[in-house]
Amino acid sequence: MWSLVGDPARLHEWFPTTATEVVGNKRWVSLASGLKFEEDIVTLDHDLRRFQYTIVNNAIVKSHLGTVDVIPDGDARCVVVYSTDADPEVMALMIAGAAGDGLERLKTTMEES
Amino acid sequence: MGRKILFITTDQQRFDSLGCNGGSVARTPTIDRLAADGINYTRAHPQSVVCMPSRSTMITGQHVATHGVWMNGVPLPDEAPSIASTLHDVGYRTALIGKAHFEPFLDPFLRFVENQLGTSGDFSRDVNGHLHRGFDHMESASHGGMGSFHYARWLMQNHPEAIGMYYRVLDMTLQVNSSGGGDTAGPQVHHNAIPREWYHTEWVADRTIAWLDSLNANDDWFCWMSFPDPHHPWDPPQSELHRVNWRDLDLPENYPVDRTEREAILDAKPRHWRLWYEGEFVSNYEAPASWVPKTLTDDQVREINALTHIENELIDEAIARVLRTVAARGWADDVDIVFTTDHGELQGDYGLLFKGPQHVDSLMRLPLIWRPAPSAGVAPSTVTSPVGLVSLASTFAHIAGVPEPSYVEAHRLPTHDAEAPALGHERVLTEWDSVLFGKIVRLRTICRDGWVATACLPGTVHDGSEGELYDVSNDPLQRENLWNDPRLEGTKSDLLADMWDSLPSTASPRRECDAPV
Repeated sequence: MWSLVGDPARLHEWFPTTATEVVGNKRWVSLASGLKFEEDIVTLDHDLRRFQYTIVNNAIVKSHLGTVDVIPDGDARCVVVYSTDADPEVMALMIAGAAGDGLERLKTTMEES
Repeated sequence: MGRKILFITTDQQRFDSLGCNGGSVARTPTIDRLAADGINYTRAHPQSVVCMPSRSTMITGQHVATHGVWMNGVPLPDEAPSIASTLHDVGYRTALIGKAHFEPFLDPFLRFVENQLGTSGDFSRDVNGHLHRGFDHMESASHGGMGSFHYARWLMQNHPEAIGMYYRVLDMTLQVNSSGGGDTAGPQVHHNAIPREWYHTEWVADRTIAWLDSLNANDDWFCWMSFPDPHHPWDPPQSELHRVNWRDLDLPENYPVDRTEREAILDAKPRHWRLWYEGEFVSNYEAPASWVPKTLTDDQVREINALTHIENELIDEAIARVLRTVAARGWADDVDIVFTTDHGELQGDYGLLFKGPQHVDSLMRLPLIWRPAPSAGVAPSTVTSPVGLVSLASTFAHIAGVPEPSYVEAHRLPTHDAEAPALGHERVLTEWDSVLFGKIVRLRTICRDGWVATACLPGTVHDGSEGELYDVSNDPLQRENLWNDPRLEGTKSDLLADMWDSLPSTASPRRECDAPV
């Protein structure tokens, strides 16, 4: 799970986005609607299994912090927690909806592997 | 060959907006003729007073508790039942042209099929082996020139200069825009320079005509023509403003001009009414968060009403165009026409605008007209029994000669009052659940025997003891809340007991809200 979630360049493999580009601590995420988010990678901790990012240089999103935690639960199970703080708060609702799809896809992918 | 069905909806239209229902400003001769020749329902309620839950009820024939779309932003699942699918399965050609809104509009990740279709320009999609919602043609529009809609795509390709002529519905914080325009600076009011022929009302009619023209003469068809108006923003083409001069309009009957009287009426209702009026508790996203109803002026009410009347006239004329096509195709005797809307609009009542957790006639009493195909020989009538949009799906099945689907929760609409009890039309129920950014309001309402009773369930401002009780016959404006009248304790208890017995249990787990609208 962490090899997928903990690789910022593989976001489009599980989250409803179309393409991901990573350069250093910068990430650009393309959405199917044609929008593109520029992000700063804030935390990539392979020991804690925590990934944090923030959307930057965006005309609408004033502040944002997304956090993905992979928490072990025995040898063959884990809990993935995706949390978002955003201003405007409406944005958090939409990211949360997409995260729900992403988490479902992660679950299916792992159960089928 | 069976009866064909033209299902016409508007968005946010009041019962009293039509000439056939006592309206005296907007000229609506086409709809009035349908009412005169058909069945006019004078006590029709939605099962929710916001778009997505109400529209989900129309297509599924289910109460909100069952289909689970408890508020705008909660998507109707792809696998939800659809009367369009049922009709398609028996050979009907099926289309939805205009506003769908079974899935959220705000969708930057383009997760929802409606938005995928509007963006790609496709008209149908197979989802898990099933035609999405049962329509083999979906062509979408909403309240302006932007968004993931076929209309926005058409405008961009053909008249890109017109996109910016519309009012900007959302502001830069993604909240519903509160900025004012027009002559009175009313919220969501705007003078729109768009030529009438490019306006979304005309486009919906144009595309409906094009789809009808694509059919074979002997096709059976179900066409849902869904106008986005008269929902705010109030920005009809300015070329049409001459139709109704707002300066000439009387104020609405239920707009208390005297501020002291207005506030006393609000104070007799559950607390969320006055709190919203003061701008202290906004529990519905579609009411601009930064607009304070208390600031509403008499002239703003006049102008918003005038613009609404103009939009309703344009809709009536667009329907007339479509009906001329129906006649020209030789179908006039075999087409059932059903006209309604998804919910009402406060439009100045009680000093308020827009909509929200206000279960009164302004939002709940809807225009509903069924003009059966003349070949069916159904006598015109006026039905006063309480009915709901939850009966539409079974009505369409009935028209098509299809057995009542097992998924529906209400029998078809009655064709006259005497038929109503046997079809279960003794009461009609409406639900409200909102949790907008932590502000929780939950209402359950029953209308029966001339009474409307609303229980406020525990939430952010209610402890479960508050409610509303109106004697609609003697207090048609629902100004006197009788909830705490000890003489009516028995009436109230009976109504609430019937309501809880009649409401289906709420689907669990509750569906996620993925967007504000």
